[in-house]
Amino acid sequence: MLMNVIQYLISIWRPLVCAVAIVAVLPLVAGYIVLMERKVMADMQARLGPMRVGPHGLLQPIADALKLLIKEDIIPDESDKAIFWFAPLISVTCAMLAMSALAIGPWFQIADLNVGLLFVVGISALGIFGIVLGGWSSNSHYSLLGALRSAAQLVSYETAAGMAIVGGLLLAGTLSTREIVETQGDYGWWFAFVAPVGFFIYLVASIAETNRAPFDLPEAESELVAGYMTEYSGFRWALYFLAEYTNMVVVASIATTLFLGGWLRPFASTPIFNFLDYIPSLLMLLVGGYCFYRAPKQPVQVQKLFMVAVGLLLIVVAIILALPLVPAVNEMVPGLKEGLHGAFWFLLKVGLYIYTFMWLRFTFPRYRFDQLMRLGWQFLIPLSIVNVLGIGVALVLHRHWGWSHWIAFPLTTALTLLVAGWLGWAGEKKDAGQVFVGEL
Amino acid sequence: MIPISQCLFLGMVLFTIGVIGVVTRRNVIIILMSIELMLNAVNINLVAFSRLVGSAEGHVFAIFIITDAAAEAAVGLGIIIAFFRNRETLLGDEMDLLKW
Amino acid sequence: MLDQIIFHFFAALAIVSAILVVTRRNVVQSAIFLITALLATAGIFLQLHAEFLFIVQIILYAGGIMVLFVFVIMLINLDVSLHQIQYNRQWWLGFLLALVVGAEFALAIAVGRSQLALGEPAPASALEPSTQLVGKVLFSEYMLPFEVASILLLVAMIGAVVMAKKKI
Repeated sequence: MLMNVIQYLISIWRPLVCAVAIVAVLPLVAGYIVLMERKVMADMQARLGPMRVGPHGLLQPIADALKLLIKEDIIPDESDKAIFWFAPLISVTCAMLAMSALAIGPWFQIADLNVGLLFVVGISALGIFGIVLGGWSSNSHYSLLGALRSAAQLVSYETAAGMAIVGGLLLAGTLSTREIVETQGDYGWWFAFVAPVGFFIYLVASIAETNRAPFDLPEAESELVAGYMTEYSGFRWALYFLAEYTNMVVVASIATTLFLGGWLRPFASTPIFNFLDYIPSLLMLLVGGYCFYRAPKQPVQVQKLFMVAVGLLLIVVAIILALPLVPAVNEMVPGLKEGLHGAFWFLLKVGLYIYTFMWLRFTFPRYRFDQLMRLGWQFLIPLSIVNVLGIGVALVLHRHWGWSHWIAFPLTTALTLLVAGWLGWAGEKKDAGQVFVGEL
Repeated sequence: MIPISQCLFLGMVLFTIGVIGVVTRRNVIIILMSIELMLNAVNINLVAFSRLVGSAEGHVFAIFIITDAAAEAAVGLGIIIAFFRNRETLLGDEMDLLKW
Repeated sequence: MLDQIIFHFFAALAIVSAILVVTRRNVVQSAIFLITALLATAGIFLQLHAEFLFIVQIILYAGGIMVLFVFVIMLINLDVSLHQIQYNRQWWLGFLLALVVGAEFALAIAVGRSQLALGEPAPASALEPSTQLVGKVLFSEYMLPFEVASILLLVAMIGAVVMAKKKI
């Protein structure tokens, strides 16, 4: 009996390793995304960010995690203790579970469900319960209001995000994440270029889905004192925070898989662009060289050594990434190039998407809640429905009537943009005080 | 392969628990939740039979039932809210006068 | 063998959650147990090779309808409801009748068990591309009920909005 169990576990070693990697590594990665956000925020505000803890602030997440672990665990008196304990767990579990259907490269995927993308969307929808139950069980007005507002926002933008995904799925023809990426490879163009309106809707909706600015009213410090997270302290708050940043990674992964070509390099199926295969190693070499260049200019000795160490590490990574380009190595380990380079391109795209999130956070002021709901229901949802219609029409024109895809898709994109413009103009009119739709 | 009779048995048990919830509890929200349980049990039966026969029609019917359950939950909860605003009670026993 | 264990696990989870839904004093806890019951049912759907229905159950039922329930429970929460009598006066009669109904179903299943073979159960691959199959059947044979269901949802939306307004 035990032999059977062990044999079974060995036969599923790959998903097991991926699962362990996600549960062990993702919290650390989320912590470093927090550090990256603080550094990016500092850069956009012309200052330096965390610099003290570790060289250039690189040990800051570890210090933060340590602090949160040893903080006093405060449980409000009248709260429903079981639900109070359980709510952050729901958030974190759903966020990490959603990563299980996503493929970081052809080698790294826990389960290639054939309803993969819908599974991720559904599990993210379940994460709403963590927020609502957390706000409820805190027995505090701020928390409940913040939780209800946040849940209302999430539900509204989830509809728009889902319809935007449907727009992309019409092009892909399948729900399995692996096959979506392969379809983009066969088609030659990433779906973000074929259906740009859908990608834009998904970008905006995903910012609202993860409670990021400019849609972060439910948890902004000046508004509701951190909303549903108000009464949570120490490690429970860290779990909520971890869930939020993991959700960011999940949402970025969905967008990358569906719209940005997943683990494919740009122009994956055109052999002329094969020189782009050298970009991963070149990029790492460039950054390593920059580290070596900056090393003598550091004020403190440990920072000098650290920069040299980082430079060396990047050079090693560059060599590893250049290995698959040597044909002999490629024959020894089949699929090495797809595995390594695929992971690199995927992580690069996810990183750029998250950088865009941060960029938008530090650029735009916050939306008021009624403006937020109006944007979701009266602009994004009608636009996403029209987008689905447009892509359907374009597919019929392209596949059944034989129009070239250089004419069909830009035409429907232009028509959808016209509708978007009209929706925006109509919304402006209502905002200016003129009644557009008769009051119910 | 799971014996279909076990799935039907599970559906039956869930349905019975739902019926107990509807006829026994006073709180109307719990009555609504028991109705959702019953609809769920019916879904299990439909999917079990669809697996037996090998056609997707059971799945389609189950999707319609889920849609219907959503509509009914929305309207039912709206009624409960409207009633609550009027009478401040959530107990089915006390919702016995239309107007006085 | 693993199949059976997983099925029994999900079935036990569904039954225990259902019992807890019906017996809890706190309505929020009932709602949480209903969510677990729905997720357990989704697991059973997945085992019966109904992948699309599994995901529809999670997105719509657990992630949509239950969010609605939880919202409403939080909006009209009554602290006094925790101290009221939970079961009505004729609970014993209802319980008995429900058991009679259940026994009738159990008898029907037990008697018809041998006839449920219907030759041989269809192979699992008959339901394989679950999403495609459901889509094909839904949009060809059951197109009219599909449209009627969308009108039903529209009516329900309008009804719910009108019901919840303070001034019509």
